Amino acid sequence: MNGLSTFISNIWTITKRELGGYFTSPVAYVFIVMFLLLTGLFTFMIGSILERGEASLFWFFYWHPWLYLILVPAIGMGVWAEERRLGTIELLLTMPITTWQAIVGKFIAAWIFLGAALFLTFPVVLTVNYLGNPDNGVILCAYIGSFLLGGSYLAISTMTSAMTRNQVVSLIISVVICLFLILAGFPPITDLIQNYVPQIIVDIVASFSVIPHFDGFKRGILDLRDIIFFLSIIVFGLFATSLIIRNLRAGH
Amino acid sequence: MADFNAEKPMIQVKNLAKSFGPKRAVDGVSFNVEIGEVLGFLGPNGAGKSTTMRMITGFIPPTEGTVVVGGFDILNNPIQVKKIIGYLPENAPAYADMSVHSFLDFVAELRGLRGEEKKKAVSRVIEMCFLESVVNQSIDTLSKGFRHRTCFAQSIIHDPPVLVLDEPTDGLDPNQKHEVRTLIKRMGEKKAIIFSTHILEEVESACTRAIIIDRGKIVANGTPNELKRMSELAGTVILKVRNIPAEEVVQKVKELSCVKRASIISTDGGPACLRVYPQQNITNGELARAVGELAIQQQWRVEELHTDEGRLDEVFRNITLPDTTQEVSR
Repeated sequence: MNGLSTFISNIWTITKRELGGYFTSPVAYVFIVMFLLLTGLFTFMIGSILERGEASLFWFFYWHPWLYLILVPAIGMGVWAEERRLGTIELLLTMPITTWQAIVGKFIAAWIFLGAALFLTFPVVLTVNYLGNPDNGVILCAYIGSFLLGGSYLAISTMTSAMTRNQVVSLIISVVICLFLILAGFPPITDLIQNYVPQIIVDIVASFSVIPHFDGFKRGILDLRDIIFFLSIIVFGLFATSLIIRNLRAGH
Repeated sequence: MADFNAEKPMIQVKNLAKSFGPKRAVDGVSFNVEIGEVLGFLGPNGAGKSTTMRMITGFIPPTEGTVVVGGFDILNNPIQVKKIIGYLPENAPAYADMSVHSFLDFVAELRGLRGEEKKKAVSRVIEMCFLESVVNQSIDTLSKGFRHRTCFAQSIIHDPPVLVLDEPTDGLDPNQKHEVRTLIKRMGEKKAIIFSTHILEEVESACTRAIIIDRGKIVANGTPNELKRMSELAGTVILKVRNIPAEEVVQKVKELSCVKRASIISTDGGPACLRVYPQQNITNGELARAVGELAIQQQWRVEELHTDEGRLDEVFRNITLPDTTQEVSR
């Protein structure tokens, strides 16, 4: 086998195993049910999408950064912490694969799982299409944004997962980081801190936030800068994971 | 499997060292293992056995030194080295949520086996490790013995020329221990094998050579018999005589020119049992012959007379005991 096909087949082997792991554990089904219940609750009860009389899913996607705040770290928390707890990390990393292949393979599996959960929200799309004439291009665009947003949180969660062998610790750290990524650009918060610090600092901090970058997708604007923003969080998260694992093995 | 340079040892460990903070877990370890050798790796807990094995298999990078396996340097060519090593980590970790079959399938795929080849490899190790009865069982429901063998099966799935086994018999019952030992010995004819253990009799029964490591350093390296000969007791003669007071036997034995001293091991009502120590430069067997002739001449009722080959556990204790008490647990 040549280099590239080995690279891809190693990643795919890992991804397959991880996906198998998700779907054989009851936690995965609990997660999907929770996710669907909560999206439904936020969309129909709190977002009161039916009373608004608009044929759009703006209020469905509005809550995604908050929903993902708890749910995505819950997917990612075990990715490396479990390997460390069970000792299987030693088995995995003495196989003829690179650490990077293992990291990417595991991340892709978790992302596919998240994508599957997101896909299962399709009844809400059918509902608005039944009730009115929404712009399905906008909806698709928002789904892409939501998927990228979830991927970013997931990369951060896999990073915190590599830091510890305790899943709960991993969950808490990644929730805190993701919360920062929301609040840094959340209008009520930015309006508040504007009173104390210069506008330029508010803007710099806010530029780290996922909220303004997700906003574009929600409105149906597919901006390359926003895509690059989310992809760079993912690359950063996975790169940090590889550094953490390298340090772990070196035993510092 | 590719052919390897037969002139060079399969595994060359060169001045390997590992520090964890201020602690030197492994401190300048060098040794070679050739194809056809089974190397027993002995040492007290925390002596650096597992750390050394983890460096050989490329799980942790060495602080100093390197390992060359099959001509590939672990620092420059880790993937090539990992390809030709089969590794059973300490405590036999395995993915708890998988079935035995899917776990072995997964490992075979990571080892680059596909299709028919993969199927064959998986069923071969299932048979070799007696896993037929649990193939479809989830690993977290297995008993320790089965889990251990599953992980062992994983390590030999690609029929590697090099095997590194960290306590392969840990947690097994005596029958399973025997099976694994036999398996290791048989495979050792065509492979280079390193395995660590706490059980000294295992070294005698399965190893062609043993290394004792203590506080990160090699303190002994030789065949099991060579190591045994390092024992103070090696070459002494055990004598058991009935119906004669032990003191009297000691008295008589001491008169022999080749005897340095004799000590009573036990009397407690039964036969007098004593250990006779030879003078220096006495050849093997001479002492036993002399004692035997004395017994005939004195018409003792001898129940037992043999030369002690020395005991590994005694050698082990003598070399490693002095200050393991201050050992830091890791």
